[in-house]
Amino acid sequence: MVNEFLILMKQELIITFIIFVLLFIKLGKQETKNETLINLVNILFTLNLISGFFFQQSGTLFGDMFYTNGLFTFEKNLLNLGTLIISLQSYNWLKDHKHVSEFYILMLSTLLGMFFMISSQNLLMFYLALELSTIPLAAMANFDLEKRRSSEAAFKMIISSAFSSGLLLFGISLVYGTMGTLNLHELSIGFVSTPINIFAFILLLAGFAFKISAVPFHLWTADVYEGSPVSVTSYLSVISKGAILFVFTTVLYSAFSPIDDTFSETWYNMLFLISVITMIIGNLFALRQQNMKRFLAFSSIAQVGFILIGVTGQSREGVASVIFFVLIYIFSNLAAFGVINLVSAETGRENINDYKGFYKTNKGLSWVLAIALFSLGGIPPTAGFFGKFFLLLAGAGRGNYLLITIAALNMVISLYYYLKVIKAIFMDANDNPIENVKAGWSPKMAMIICVAGIVITGLASGAYNYIHSLLK
Amino acid sequence: MNLSLLIIVPLLTALCILPLKQLKQVRAVSLIGSLAQLLLCLDLLWSYMKERKAGNSAAFLFEDNYTWYAPLNINYHIGVDGISIAMILLTAFVVIAGVLVSWKMEKLSKEFFFLLIFLSLGAYGFFIALDLFTLFFFLEVAVIPKFMLIGIWGSGKKEYSAMKLALMLMGGSALVFVGLAGIYFNTNSFDLIQIAGMDIPIEVQKLFFPFAFIGFGIFTALFPFHTWVPDGHSSAPTAASMFLAGISMKLGGYGCLRVATYLMPDAAHEYSTIIIVLACIAILYGAFATMMQTDLKYINAYSSVSHCGFVLLGIGMLTKTAIDGAVLQMVSHGLMTALFFAVIGMIYDRTHTRQVEQLGGLMKMMPFISTVFVIAGLCSLGLPGFSGFVAEMTVFMGSWQKADAFYRIATIIACASIVVTAVYILRATGKAIMGPIVNNEHLSLGDAGWNEKLATGLLILGIVIIGIAPFLLKGLINPGTEIIINKIATLGN
Repeated sequence: MVNEFLILMKQELIITFIIFVLLFIKLGKQETKNETLINLVNILFTLNLISGFFFQQSGTLFGDMFYTNGLFTFEKNLLNLGTLIISLQSYNWLKDHKHVSEFYILMLSTLLGMFFMISSQNLLMFYLALELSTIPLAAMANFDLEKRRSSEAAFKMIISSAFSSGLLLFGISLVYGTMGTLNLHELSIGFVSTPINIFAFILLLAGFAFKISAVPFHLWTADVYEGSPVSVTSYLSVISKGAILFVFTTVLYSAFSPIDDTFSETWYNMLFLISVITMIIGNLFALRQQNMKRFLAFSSIAQVGFILIGVTGQSREGVASVIFFVLIYIFSNLAAFGVINLVSAETGRENINDYKGFYKTNKGLSWVLAIALFSLGGIPPTAGFFGKFFLLLAGAGRGNYLLITIAALNMVISLYYYLKVIKAIFMDANDNPIENVKAGWSPKMAMIICVAGIVITGLASGAYNYIHSLLK
Repeated sequence: MNLSLLIIVPLLTALCILPLKQLKQVRAVSLIGSLAQLLLCLDLLWSYMKERKAGNSAAFLFEDNYTWYAPLNINYHIGVDGISIAMILLTAFVVIAGVLVSWKMEKLSKEFFFLLIFLSLGAYGFFIALDLFTLFFFLEVAVIPKFMLIGIWGSGKKEYSAMKLALMLMGGSALVFVGLAGIYFNTNSFDLIQIAGMDIPIEVQKLFFPFAFIGFGIFTALFPFHTWVPDGHSSAPTAASMFLAGISMKLGGYGCLRVATYLMPDAAHEYSTIIIVLACIAILYGAFATMMQTDLKYINAYSSVSHCGFVLLGIGMLTKTAIDGAVLQMVSHGLMTALFFAVIGMIYDRTHTRQVEQLGGLMKMMPFISTVFVIAGLCSLGLPGFSGFVAEMTVFMGSWQKADAFYRIATIIACASIVVTAVYILRATGKAIMGPIVNNEHLSLGDAGWNEKLATGLLILGIVIIGIAPFLLKGLINPGTEIIINKIATLGN
């Protein structure tokens, strides 16, 4: 029993352990230097990431509340990897910050929440984990303590997530009322498409849509992304979104799997609609943005639209393409944020216009940003091309060619704004370009991981095949 | 013969360029790399001929098939037939000429040559692919380097042209993607050979043929999606213009033929009238639009629209001779237009203008360049002895075989464009090359250097060989077009 507990929950336990280590360091009398602390955490993270690949086992704990298997372990590993990259990138920003250990404690608490969320086998457990992962996030959004925008972001975040949690909770209570159980597995067997159940499903869907910032529930995203420190923005847009997407697919395919025709139609049409408007609105808004963070915020909304196409596929390939895309998205978006983070920490400049003539002063960083943006835009040979291709292919699986035509044309629109940034970097002249930014070893390392990921994940089919084999 | 070398060699060349520091080294590596490409292609041609002579009648030779994404049935499947070899040879010629012409490129030379070589990788990959995913992958690989080349090293309204080009081409490939997805879900395969062996239901073909054909058509300046051509070509630096017009537009023609027409022949029959009408519009419109241009690059760019119309016309006619003609026209136009852009670039480098009225009497200052200009012009207007005549004549012969008033009228309209071509070519040549000297500062200008002589010499060699001995190229592509026409003939009836 104890053994099982230790092995099945190893990832959660290690994260908890790191949180406690940090707490003890904080409580201790000695002042620890920021650099030491960050390096220590990074080492522990790396160990955590490595350990995730060993002793993989599947099983349930706590009376079917907690369930883990190879797929979930892999998803958690992905989040671990992303968090490690973000931690490496934040070095320049954190080393002068007053509250390093608090930052890490909060970040790890949210990560812990996401782990539980992925593993939750019961909607109640899911809700608890979700709250654990959102409330510290709001505190993190406020981490540029001197900036008013940062507190504003935190406030917007907490209000909107409280609202979406309310919707989720309402949906969950309706489900409990009609079905008498919250266990995902039992729900999937007994689900019937009565109007009240469909209503509950829509409420749940709305709650999820809030968290992944799908249109029309996206309004909080841009402001929160813009106001938060860059590290938190990247965490929000990649890790938090990725975790919710994992759970989203699990819930949609287990508890609310479309069993009968009426429900199947509602299920599909809802997702189809959300996916299309998310793509279009995200793209149209991204076209006009001037601030890099806001720009990436809207582009990430559009990306969610693409990911939802994969979800509509309702096939093993569809789920595989979603997880595969999140993996690629981690690399690509974090590479882009890594550069922005570095530039913002060293010079404080965040506008697209500031990046004019960037190539003259920062050759390496320009290429990293360019590769990241190409990957986000879906240009081969970067991995983004493969990710988008498979998502769209999965979406076409149901024979809805209208959807993929819209999506394919949206890719062209999205390319326009990515290329606009590329144009600013490589082609535009500027009298006052951003000066040469020196990256320390740790952001450099993060960028190497990201770029290697972008190049290799697509060209080598290993990652996709592995994900596909994990799905049953 | 390992076909993957065609991808590996450019890739290695490009990677070798990256760490270099000096301009000299960059040039040397690019030249060696493109020379290796050319030798490789000649070797490929040689071994292909040998196989064919030995009686190997397989549709595609030197096939390699590796599983790439097993769950999705995606393979890295490559192989060549005569048509692809003709295209590959064309690419090798244009790349080496492009490298030679950009010898003096000093602004960010490393990045320039890197992108140029990387672009050739995309083209080779596209021409050898026998798997639709692989093909699509390489099609898109070849888009972004063009954007960068035009945007960074171009002239005039370069950012605008680069963006327009990238977006229109990506739009084209988006349509291609929908077409491919349609094929995939009705055959459950991306493999070109497998799909060609299946009968796709005609309704499916009719639905997805337009996507694939228009998508590829955008690459080859299908009317009304040709608008990227003039801007893109004229803003691009010389080598990129050569590449764009010489190879990149051929990606589209090849795709229209190999993917759209070959895999969906029934739909090709259905839509052939529309294709022919659009092609005729492109031919005439391109020719008349050229007459109004005063910028040498715009002249050549619009005439490319007109000349690529012949490719589409040949494909639309769906007869053996016409399709042969379309392929010949692709090769011929590739060489000719690359030569034209190269020589325009040389004139521009010296006189710093491309406006016809500001030029005059160049023959006196730079006899070599001027002669090359005249040769390119004569080839463009279809003078016998050069490749242009052979190609256009074959297309006309093929179209005339269709004994129906509609096809006859289309052929006559297309033929009529030759007169217009003669007008603009001869006018530009007469004014800029012959004529009196307009600007006395031009008197001090020098003639072509060794690199420019070599580059143009190679391209002229190609043009003249095809012009004098067209049977060589026709023999090379014959088995390839035969397979396509057989498929059209059996399924179409």
